[in-house]
Amino acid sequence: MSLNVLVSLATADGGGYQTPTSGEFYQPLWFDGPLAITRPAVVLMLSVGLIAWWLLATTRKAAIVPSKTQWITEGAYGFIRNGVGRDIIGSKDFLRFVPLLFTLFSLILVNNLFGVIPPIQYPTMSRIGIPIALTLVVYVTYHYIGMKRVGVGQYFKNLVPAGLPGWIVPMIFVLEVITFFITRPLTLALRLFGNMFAGHLLLLLFITGGQYMIINGGIGLKVAGVGSYAMAFVLTIFEILIEFLQAYIFVLLTATYIAGSLADEH
Amino acid sequence: MTGNIAILGYGLSAIGPGVGIGLIFAAYINGVARQPEARGMLQSIAILGFALAEALAIFGLVLAFVFK
Repeated sequence: MSLNVLVSLATADGGGYQTPTSGEFYQPLWFDGPLAITRPAVVLMLSVGLIAWWLLATTRKAAIVPSKTQWITEGAYGFIRNGVGRDIIGSKDFLRFVPLLFTLFSLILVNNLFGVIPPIQYPTMSRIGIPIALTLVVYVTYHYIGMKRVGVGQYFKNLVPAGLPGWIVPMIFVLEVITFFITRPLTLALRLFGNMFAGHLLLLLFITGGQYMIINGGIGLKVAGVGSYAMAFVLTIFEILIEFLQAYIFVLLTATYIAGSLADEH
Repeated sequence: MTGNIAILGYGLSAIGPGVGIGLIFAAYINGVARQPEARGMLQSIAILGFALAEALAIFGLVLAFVFK
């Protein structure tokens, strides 16, 4: 992304500095309108291919004494299986949800890391549609298993904790329905989107701003431009941390919601 | 001075989560310092709390861009 902006900034000399806006994130490559093949779509397909190739290549010749690449794959899988699945969902039911959790984790992690890997540099999750699609999968899953386990009527009854005084039950019921059906999916999608979007916008601001100051500024602004680039470097490191953290948080919350649907009472 | 007042809303919405996240990690550090072997268990709880507290700031950020 920064490449396009750099080019447009370099050509539009003397026009004053344009701060990057949310419009920079819409980049159709072919066609236009609702069916446009955009840059995030291409990055997403690339990531799916990359993950499939990596997982197949590292596990096809699985050995008792793992090679380095197999060790990485096993480490990531073990982390999700034991650290998230078994610890949160519980040792009884967790195995059938591990594929979902690991798929979400690897997809989100690779797509997030694409935000800082040089030739790609586009965090797919900064387009709101993609986190919404992932959240939809989680949303349907945890409601479906909850309703299948106890039935639809009982599922809604279980939203209210037992032992409350009667007059407070309707209020708590409304609150819990809002939490389960609106707040949870909304925050799940927006958290991932917001972190990737804001982080990338921040990097964009420091890099394009630094470039503008170095090219067009006086001697003082040139020094500030170098400082801006240094800041962009520090923020890139920070961004990598956030990218790991967001992938982990998304999977952690998914596991928490699934565990809530599987638990005996609210 | 010109600008978008929705950005001020984001600044305000970041105060609460900022304080909240600080409190969560303060409690986490305290807990690990007192009982280092509980680190693994406390870590996922702390990150869960962090994620929930952060949601409000993210709402503020998104709404700052929505209401231009």
